[in-house]
Amino acid sequence: MNNLEKYSLRVADSSWILGCRLAEYSSNGPFLEEDLAITNVGLDHIGFAESLYKYTAELLADGTTADDLAFKRAEHEYYNVQLVEYPNEDFAYIMARQFLFDVFQYYFLEALTDSKDETFSALAKKSLKEVTYHLRRSTQWMYRLGDGTEESHDRLQKAINHLWMYTDELFYMNDVDKDLLEKGIAVDLAKVHLEWKEKVKEVFDEATLEMPDLPKFSLKYGKDGFHTDYMGYILTEMQYLNNKYPDAKW
Amino acid sequence: MSKDSQGSVWEVFVQSKAGKPFRHAGSVHGFDKEMALENARDLYTRRSEGTALWVVKTECIVASQPEDAESFFDPSDDKPYRHPTFYVMPDGAKHI
Repeated sequence: MNNLEKYSLRVADSSWILGCRLAEYSSNGPFLEEDLAITNVGLDHIGFAESLYKYTAELLADGTTADDLAFKRAEHEYYNVQLVEYPNEDFAYIMARQFLFDVFQYYFLEALTDSKDETFSALAKKSLKEVTYHLRRSTQWMYRLGDGTEESHDRLQKAINHLWMYTDELFYMNDVDKDLLEKGIAVDLAKVHLEWKEKVKEVFDEATLEMPDLPKFSLKYGKDGFHTDYMGYILTEMQYLNNKYPDAKW
Repeated sequence: MSKDSQGSVWEVFVQSKAGKPFRHAGSVHGFDKEMALENARDLYTRRSEGTALWVVKTECIVASQPEDAESFFDPSDDKPYRHPTFYVMPDGAKHI
């Protein structure tokens, strides 16, 4: 697999796993409207991932399909960031995970619209509209929970503190990034990091939340195929049907 | 605000395209106006039903009462002259 294929797959994987996490939450939302809204966000992610899996399959041109990519890989062959693997602990965790990722994805896609790869650039333009809305929603929840009651503030802060250790990976660049950045295809994550920090700080200040100041924890990253313990469980569930009934159609 | 855990009820009005009237589409729950607007967007415009939205707290709507219906509405039943049907429409006017 060349670097372009790997990059496409990785961007797809983060949205795919996050989409599956949100789909898993379906029917468990705090009330009907929120349940529908959050699963809507999940569907946007799955749709974005599907487009990129199709593109990756096209690039591979060896008969691999988008479904093969989504469902038939082993854990170390997924390159999503570890943040999106984190389980739906409670609503505060879900919204914190969402906000931290939404801010990242917003600036990432904004930069990707300038990619020399035309498919990336076109998909980024299309998805940016969706992600602008995702970010608007999760930002509002930061304000509501952060600046809400003492309990909502404490629970959201706890979730943020816990998830914070997964955020440095968002900006980690491996050889794939470095090679494609030189070619004008990939996004410069150092730049995205600055924008991300500024935005997160701005929202946290308004929401009376603290920006954690924690050292880096991770030694190995999802982008290199190393995952948290949670990944195996979500894959088992996602891949169950295809394992039980290979290539089932209905 | 209502005492249940879902927030207030808001009425949703959707405009299908610019210049058309906003039509009542249904209602949503929301704890604040931003949430009500976002929930309305997610519930009532997900299949491209609209290009603009209004939400208004249900309690802010002043409604006529069913028991007033006779005095409010029946008197207009026998006043056909209020309908401009006795005029000849010019051929060019298609949307009146």
